[in-house]
Amino acid sequence: MALVRPKLLVENVSRVFPGVHGGAPVTALQPTNLSVPENDFITLLGPSGCGKSTLLRIVAGLDRPTTGRVLLDGREVTKPGPERGMVFQSYTLFPWLNVAQNIAYGLAERGVPEARRREIVDHYLARMGLTGFASHWPKQLSGGMQQRVAIARALANDPAILLLDEPFGALDNQTRALMQELLLGIWERDRKTVLFVTHDIEEAIFLASRVLVMTARPGRIKAEVPVDLPHPRDYRMKTTPEFNALKARLTEEIRAEAVLAAEEH
Amino acid sequence: MIRPLEPVGQTARVGLGLAFFALFVGAWAFATLGGFVSRTFLADPVTMLQDGWLLLTRFGFLHDIGMTVWRVVGGFALAAIVAVPLGILMGAYKPIEALLEPFVSFARYLPASAFIPLLILWAGIGEFQKLLVIFIGSVFQLILMVAVAVGSTRRDLVEAAYTLGSTERSVVRRVLLPANAPDIAEILRLVLGWAWTYVIVAELIGSSSGIGHMIIDSQSLLATGQMIFGIIVIGLIGLVSDFAFKAANRALFPWRLA
Ligand SMILES: Nc1ncnc2c1ncn2[C@@H]1O[C@H](COP(=O)(O)OP(=O)(O)O)[C@@H](O)[C@H]1O
Ligand SMILES: [Mg+2]
Repeated sequence: MALVRPKLLVENVSRVFPGVHGGAPVTALQPTNLSVPENDFITLLGPSGCGKSTLLRIVAGLDRPTTGRVLLDGREVTKPGPERGMVFQSYTLFPWLNVAQNIAYGLAERGVPEARRREIVDHYLARMGLTGFASHWPKQLSGGMQQRVAIARALANDPAILLLDEPFGALDNQTRALMQELLLGIWERDRKTVLFVTHDIEEAIFLASRVLVMTARPGRIKAEVPVDLPHPRDYRMKTTPEFNALKARLTEEIRAEAVLAAEEH
Repeated sequence: MIRPLEPVGQTARVGLGLAFFALFVGAWAFATLGGFVSRTFLADPVTMLQDGWLLLTRFGFLHDIGMTVWRVVGGFALAAIVAVPLGILMGAYKPIEALLEPFVSFARYLPASAFIPLLILWAGIGEFQKLLVIFIGSVFQLILMVAVAVGSTRRDLVEAAYTLGSTERSVVRRVLLPANAPDIAEILRLVLGWAWTYVIVAELIGSSSGIGHMIIDSQSLLATGQMIFGIIVIGLIGLVSDFAFKAANRALFPWRLA
């Protein structure tokens, strides 16, 4: 790690939210260090409320850390930008743009010529299995399709890193499994650097080359579990003994935290 | 048979809507033609139609209607040209909101009709004064409503735009504007309805043309048929412009309906 400069470096980043109405300040994230090598797929696993979104939003530049800093390719992150593509848990397609226009949004912002724009859009429509939906309005799409468009929209910018905040959290189990395979298939081909937040243990293992386990609030990274399962992976992987061993281990890690998180409420 | 929130079919909807109009006119005809109300105070529907026909054919009422429509449209267009950009700026930029919001909230409660005597002093009794009444009556309402709509734009859409490479300025143009365009159109439709009340008031005082002027003229002649005809014409124009606005919105913003 000392030899290769990491793609993303999170140094000592913490976040304290000021208390509302004179209440006590909320520490959402304890000082956290994290380094993501290029082409790695990292999942951040933790119970809800542990500060996963807070950390991801700081990396995206949508929020500022109370202490510490985030470096992408050695440059400090101070505001959001297209080199850090983000997919949110809530459906954030622009409702007034159709599918193709949504995917082309970032390209249009950068003034990419029309012909090139169309090429890129067609490429991602095909890869996301969205051909034939180019002129649909977001409202007309299922949740899974909307998230596929959201991923395509982020990828169309060719970001240095892709940030995903529980993107499949609102989907049903079957759709979610298909989406995981789709995303993994894209990663296996392009090897984009990915930081993926989830509270689902299976999802964390299936996708990742490394799972980072976070503690209950205030969050902190408490364990790092490498996932040495071979690629390409498909759904059958989820029933292998190796997968189950990892699952058992992470269940132990996360259980204590979930209990803590539950006691808080 | 009637269940809460249960939708009603299209034919039944139109039928019921028309039925109430029929009921209303029926009750009116019964009260007047049946001799229960003095004709001095309330004309019957037949007389109203005859008076209306006379107004249109003999007394140049079409010109009055044209004048009134032009005043509403002119005053309202001026108000919209000022209010929509200002409202967008207020909604988007909080310091501008902090600067203007208290004053606009105050000005909104100043009744436009109370300004008429003052406006006559300043601008005379010409067309400009009429436009000003409508302008004052609509502009503050428009500003506030547009500002509220723009201010409540979904934050996650704005954030998504930033992560896709939008700058602060292009977020206004490419997110805040299109996201709120249908709401702004709806606000314009609503406030245009209110502008109609201001124009009539403006025409009741110091005017020599317009529907309001006709109504005040008819009062001195006790011509209730003409007065009611004038009022009904206003209602019909309102209905037509409302339909036109709604149709335009449907055509302009198909993504809302999909
Ligand atoms: N804007 C905010 N203001 C105050 N507290 C916040 C804010 N955002 C998040 N929090 C608090 O920080 C903690 C972590 O939140 P979050 O990062 O959203 O957790 P996760 O994504 O892991 O579910 C939560 O307790 C939440 O209530
Ligand atoms: Mg979250």
